[in-house]
Amino acid sequence: MSENPSNNEYWASNIRLVTYCLVLWAVVSFGFGILLRPLLSGIMIGGTDLGFWFAQQGSIIVFMVIIFFYAWRMNALDKKFGVDEE
Amino acid sequence: MEQYSLNLLFVGATFLLYIGIAIWARAGSTSEFYAAGRGVHPVLNGMATAADWMSAASFISMAGLIASTGYDNSTYLMGWTGGYVLLALLLAPYLRKFGKFTVPEFIGDRFYSPTARMVAVACLIIASITYVIGQMTGVGVAFSRFLEVDNDTGLFIGAAIVFFYAVLGGMKGVTYTQVAQYCVLILAYTIPAIFISLQLTGVALPPIGLFSDHVASGVPLLTKLNQVVTELGFANYTEHHSNTLNMVLFTLSLMIGTAGLPHVIIRFFTVPKVSDARWSAGWALVFIALLYLTAPAVGAMARMNLMDTVYPGGAQSESLKYEERPDWMKNWEVTGLLKFEDKNGDGQIQLYNDKSEAFAATAEANGWKGSELTVNPDIIVLANPEIAALPGWVIALVAAGGLAAALSTAAGLLLAISSAVSHDVIKGTLAPNISEKGELLSARIAMAVAIAVATWLGLNPPGFAAQTVALAFGLAAASIFPALMMGIFSTRVNNIGAVLGMLSGLLFTLVYIFMYKGWFFVPGTNQLMDTPEGWILGISPLSIGSVGAMLNFFVAIMVSRATAPPPAHIRELVESIRVPRGSGAATDH
Repeated sequence: MSENPSNNEYWASNIRLVTYCLVLWAVVSFGFGILLRPLLSGIMIGGTDLGFWFAQQGSIIVFMVIIFFYAWRMNALDKKFGVDEE
Repeated sequence: MEQYSLNLLFVGATFLLYIGIAIWARAGSTSEFYAAGRGVHPVLNGMATAADWMSAASFISMAGLIASTGYDNSTYLMGWTGGYVLLALLLAPYLRKFGKFTVPEFIGDRFYSPTARMVAVACLIIASITYVIGQMTGVGVAFSRFLEVDNDTGLFIGAAIVFFYAVLGGMKGVTYTQVAQYCVLILAYTIPAIFISLQLTGVALPPIGLFSDHVASGVPLLTKLNQVVTELGFANYTEHHSNTLNMVLFTLSLMIGTAGLPHVIIRFFTVPKVSDARWSAGWALVFIALLYLTAPAVGAMARMNLMDTVYPGGAQSESLKYEERPDWMKNWEVTGLLKFEDKNGDGQIQLYNDKSEAFAATAEANGWKGSELTVNPDIIVLANPEIAALPGWVIALVAAGGLAAALSTAAGLLLAISSAVSHDVIKGTLAPNISEKGELLSARIAMAVAIAVATWLGLNPPGFAAQTVALAFGLAAASIFPALMMGIFSTRVNNIGAVLGMLSGLLFTLVYIFMYKGWFFVPGTNQLMDTPEGWILGISPLSIGSVGAMLNFFVAIMVSRATAPPPAHIRELVESIRVPRGSGAATDH
């Protein structure tokens, strides 16, 4: 199957999508939740700052969105490249 | 009705339900035993995955850990959920397409090496057994309090129940039992949290309550909590105190460990299609998030309630007299998980940070001679409804929920261990011609042995629930996840590279942990002090899994470059698992 250019294009689109999703995954958790927390410290929310919210709740909500977005995009890509299950 | 009878009633009724389901869904074939016949709906599979994966550590220990340090332990929240992103994007759909029964089977086929398969079995068993210890400790804690039996008896009852439904039902029985267990555990977790959130903030939804105003004082709950704890010399609840590098590595270690834990991965073999494996990971996270978004609220609110109980009029006023302590304290004193020692002999309970030098002068001026109340973080969730004086049935429900969490995870792990032994070791290597009936029998025997080992380890546990569990995640992160990921995303990594990579990741992580925690967790055999000062580069043994994983990737890639590329049929195998089409055919054994 490696000779088939449309499959390589399919795999490249998949890798691109995975990369975007993982960057977002890292930014909300390691980024906003831990390393970039001082940057967000000015934005107050319920007695603390936005970084605390991302660390305790925000990142989890974003994680759910990422997975459903990925599943929806991938299932669409499968159809576009004709590699979905019959 | 008395509390004890209520507990018995709730726990007994849920156990009957699980066993009933196990009998109804008992497995007749190996496909049903290992993969539930691949007919599980993605939403139900998500629910079962959530129960499978939310262990005694998530249910019992996590909120307590967050309550004790606040922001710094957000690592558990992000780590144990973020792994699902990796699982959904990097592993689940491809392993489902590969369409075999176990994780070592994939590793063995992809790296065309029976050695790789056996190394994967070893990694799987070491990580799973370490994890089971944590579950068994949790079962002991929950039983000893709610059924008023000692720890050991509680463990034996728990082991007997797991034996019954896991051995009989296999994956099919376990999946449907776990759906029921999920319902029990999520109700048990959220109902008391809703009551407590209403009491403290007037908001019914705990995750929103956490960021709302404290009714009694009118200021935001977290501001009030910060004020109370800092007045007693404790660290500010919402501030960052720990070493940042360690916090990042620990979170990463929990994330890749989650994605590498075999009992979670095998759940994605049970759905009908590749696209279902993707949705199912999302649904699993939704069901997990219901608990994980509530946990930080439970932690903060439990801490607030504990402080309010000990200092009814605020931190500056008189503390609680020991004689007037509420019933929940008396109940938990019996278990030894809550201790009071009247160090200054004034008959009052003083709870403050006696390690804080800044606070020492204040304590001395008050005539305090050390903090007198020790609360094991593991009891926070279980004691929460009692602390908030909720009705008896809520307390009984929490007992049933804690047991559901511990038992469902224990069953999932034992299933992963038994399928590795019977399918990979016996059928895959020792006796390839074994009949399906013989394979099922050997799976059941393997499970019985695994339960016996787990029970013994539960009787002699090396640490408290969440910590032991964190070590299991480190081991899975360092050994299994990198091998699976390279198997899918690289066509160049070969057999020698994969084997040496897994071995170096596993050994490095194990040795690092043993040097701090004692060899085979035997106390007193450690070479280095398990304190931030004793850690190499400040990396805690709990966080070392992510370094082990990087080592695994590095060794595998370097060795593969120096040796021959994988043969053509392996490259074709990798190409074929990358596309969903044809997954149905691949499942036919």
